[in-house]
Amino acid sequence: MSNNRQILSDYVLHLADNALILGQRNSEWCGHGPVLEQDIAITNISLDLIGQARSLYQYAAQLIGNGATEDRLAYLRDAREFRNCLLVELPRGDWAVTTLRQFFFSAYQMLLFQQMLHSSDTTLAAIAEKSLKEVTYHVRWSSEWVIRLGDGTEESHNRMENALADLWAFTGELFVPSDYEKSVADNGIGVDVSSLKDNWLQKVQDVFNEATLTIPTTTWFQSGGKEGIHTEHLGYLLADLQFLQRAYPGMEW
Amino acid sequence: MSIKDLEKIFLDKIEKEIKIEPKDWMPEQYRKTLIRQISQHAHSEVVGMLPEGNWITRAPTLKRKAILLAKVQDEAGHGLYLYSATETLGVSREQTINDLHSGKAKYSSIFNYPTLTWADIGAIGWLVDGAAILNQVMLCRTSYGPYARAMVRICKEESFHQRQGFEILLTLSRGTDVQKAMCQDAVNRWWWPSLMMFGPHDSESTHSEQSTQWKIKRMSNDELRQKFVDMIAEQAKILNVTLPDPELKWNPERNHYDFGEINWEEFWNVVKGNGPCNKQRLDARRKAWQEGEWVRQAAAVHAEKRKARETQQVA
Ligand SMILES: [Fe+2]
Ligand SMILES: [Fe+2]
Repeated sequence: MSNNRQILSDYVLHLADNALILGQRNSEWCGHGPVLEQDIAITNISLDLIGQARSLYQYAAQLIGNGATEDRLAYLRDAREFRNCLLVELPRGDWAVTTLRQFFFSAYQMLLFQQMLHSSDTTLAAIAEKSLKEVTYHVRWSSEWVIRLGDGTEESHNRMENALADLWAFTGELFVPSDYEKSVADNGIGVDVSSLKDNWLQKVQDVFNEATLTIPTTTWFQSGGKEGIHTEHLGYLLADLQFLQRAYPGMEW
Repeated sequence: MSIKDLEKIFLDKIEKEIKIEPKDWMPEQYRKTLIRQISQHAHSEVVGMLPEGNWITRAPTLKRKAILLAKVQDEAGHGLYLYSATETLGVSREQTINDLHSGKAKYSSIFNYPTLTWADIGAIGWLVDGAAILNQVMLCRTSYGPYARAMVRICKEESFHQRQGFEILLTLSRGTDVQKAMCQDAVNRWWWPSLMMFGPHDSESTHSEQSTQWKIKRMSNDELRQKFVDMIAEQAKILNVTLPDPELKWNPERNHYDFGEINWEEFWNVVKGNGPCNKQRLDARRKAWQEGEWVRQAAAVHAEKRKARETQQVA
């Protein structure tokens, strides 16, 4: 595989892993949501993310060749090979953690895909276009929950603040480009994520104003996911996700 | 109008296949029977999400994961339609759900069995959704309008459920020896509980006669069960699996399959709460509801605040 192709496939895998891991996390709610309508809503988001992951893995498999398939990429790589941001692999927590994380991530994804519409890579541009419709809804749904819980009862407000304390340190990584992100941004295929940060902060500020929440002043952010250095949570998530393919190798399902 | 006249109008409608609607007069017992049956049905949809939900995070391919998620999500939707149908009879969703959590209301016993392997997800789709469809197709013609209409919507989605279950098993049955064994094992464990889904024999069924007269039920438990056995026995040939009943045999005189007797002791035991997962299932539902309490409360309080602000602005 040529160097450029390798870098592009790394990038596509990074995007795919983000979508898959968050889709997997959200799917844990199915059957356990706070009320049926929201059980259905979070499952919908999970389905959208898994759909995005599938399109991206299929593209990555094409780039990698050599018998790669969407399922091999999702089920047979180990934690060190996953390139998702740490934010998406954190446990689902309570409804405050789930909705706030979704808001942070979806607001980022929306800005990302808006830029990716102009990618010189037509496959990525097409995936961005299709995903944008979904992500627009994710942003609306999750920001409504952040506002509702932030400006709800004392308990829900406290829970939102706790969620914020848990999650904030994991948001910085979204906007610090890895080497492969820099390369694809330079040749017009990928998006320069550092350029998204101001708009993202503005969106967070707008929603937080309504939610009566304050953006933390801490400037230390965790990172490593994009290079495969993850939290301890990812291994367990993959143990579940990959169980059947690992226990019964090489079979059709 | 006297009760007698009202009753006559009601029975005339039933006779003429005119649907009974929420605002129509109906006998108290008709209303009660419907509330019991529809809410039990709604609970079954919602509790039924748990055994299948057990394999969502472990589904073997991304495609299977997406299909399973969509399927379990459908069941949540069915629960919603049916809770709404119960509300047309004057019982709130909250009250109905409380009855489930207190143990007063029942749900289908089938969901008190565990899903132990991936093949169980196939077996549930094929057998459990298969049995449910027969019941639900019949209920599309039930005499109470909102229930019948909910069933029409539900039936459209159910056939996809059975197909995806069958497909999972078909793939396994064409797979390796290990997969074939996994498939057969699941069928062995789910076959009898699926037959139990149709309830006691007609001769033992307490509610059946009146329900049939009112056209709430339009086929008897035993008729539906026979229909199910005839359908599944044929499909089993395609899957190359054996149904675990030595007495199962085509009877050319009856033009039906004969089959063995259900273990009724097990049936009543699970109904009474002693199935392998009764406690876990109910605990899981209660836990989700309790942990969601602060969320529902916050949503209500926030909506109130919004409303107050809006009226202030108008004034
Ligand atoms: Fe259903
Ligand atoms: Fe179903």
